[in-house]
Amino acid sequence: MVYGIPLEWYLIVAAALFCIGGYGVLARRSAVATLMGVELMLNAININLVAFWRYLEPPGTTGQAFALFVYAVAAAEAAVGLALIIAVWRTHNTVVLKDLDMLQG
Amino acid sequence: MTLQQILFLIFSAITLIAALMVVTRRNLCHAALFMVLSFFGVAGLYVLLEAPFLAGVQVFIYVGGISTLIIFAIVLTRDVVDPTLPPHNRQWIAGALVMALLCSVLIWTVLGYQWTTTTPGQVPADSIARLGTILVDPEGFLLPFEVTSVLLFAVLIGAITIARER
Repeated sequence: MVYGIPLEWYLIVAAALFCIGGYGVLARRSAVATLMGVELMLNAININLVAFWRYLEPPGTTGQAFALFVYAVAAAEAAVGLALIIAVWRTHNTVVLKDLDMLQG
Repeated sequence: MTLQQILFLIFSAITLIAALMVVTRRNLCHAALFMVLSFFGVAGLYVLLEAPFLAGVQVFIYVGGISTLIIFAIVLTRDVVDPTLPPHNRQWIAGALVMALLCSVLIWTVLGYQWTTTTPGQVPADSIARLGTILVDPEGFLLPFEVTSVLLFAVLIGAITIARER
């Protein structure tokens, strides 16, 4: 325990945040809202990585380094995702995921 | 109850309630602002975990960068989603059920496992310097670091190419 906070508390918060983000991905109509759900899920992963680093190997650095790589990939994902949304909006004038079925046969 | 426990509960409550608002608000601008609040809560958790560098990075990248990107996307694609329609699609009940199930399985697993019971040691005072060293150390994370640089460069070009006016 660190400052009287057990590791499980962080893991439970991260699990709840992951599932809230997952609900956003599954249930929202707008593509931008879906992307926001993905960002919440990535944040939950990072909480887990940092909590494991703090509780299992505080002299090491692996957990923090992993969290930094997750940040870089999250930034890349957000940039490409929003560029795709803007491109789709320009050609089809919608960002509602249900209407984007052009690839369906 | 110690001060740190109270702070933990406050930060977690901010994070989770704001996250719930993000996935339920009809107005996307409000959802984006609640997302910023949620990211701040996560930064507070990092401070409690004694990872000040990551807390700073969280504020810079998420609160500063990604939120701005998302708000820009919302503003650019505004007025195309009919505001009278519900914010969720037809599969929202199934999605909520699956995610509630997944959440309970995760919590059950976390509580059922015997985590290490020894008290973890102190974080060394030079942990940020160690992190900086290992990121550019050939024995450490130099190769992933360089691959990440290439990835970010490719994303820079790709995002401009995809979103460009033709």
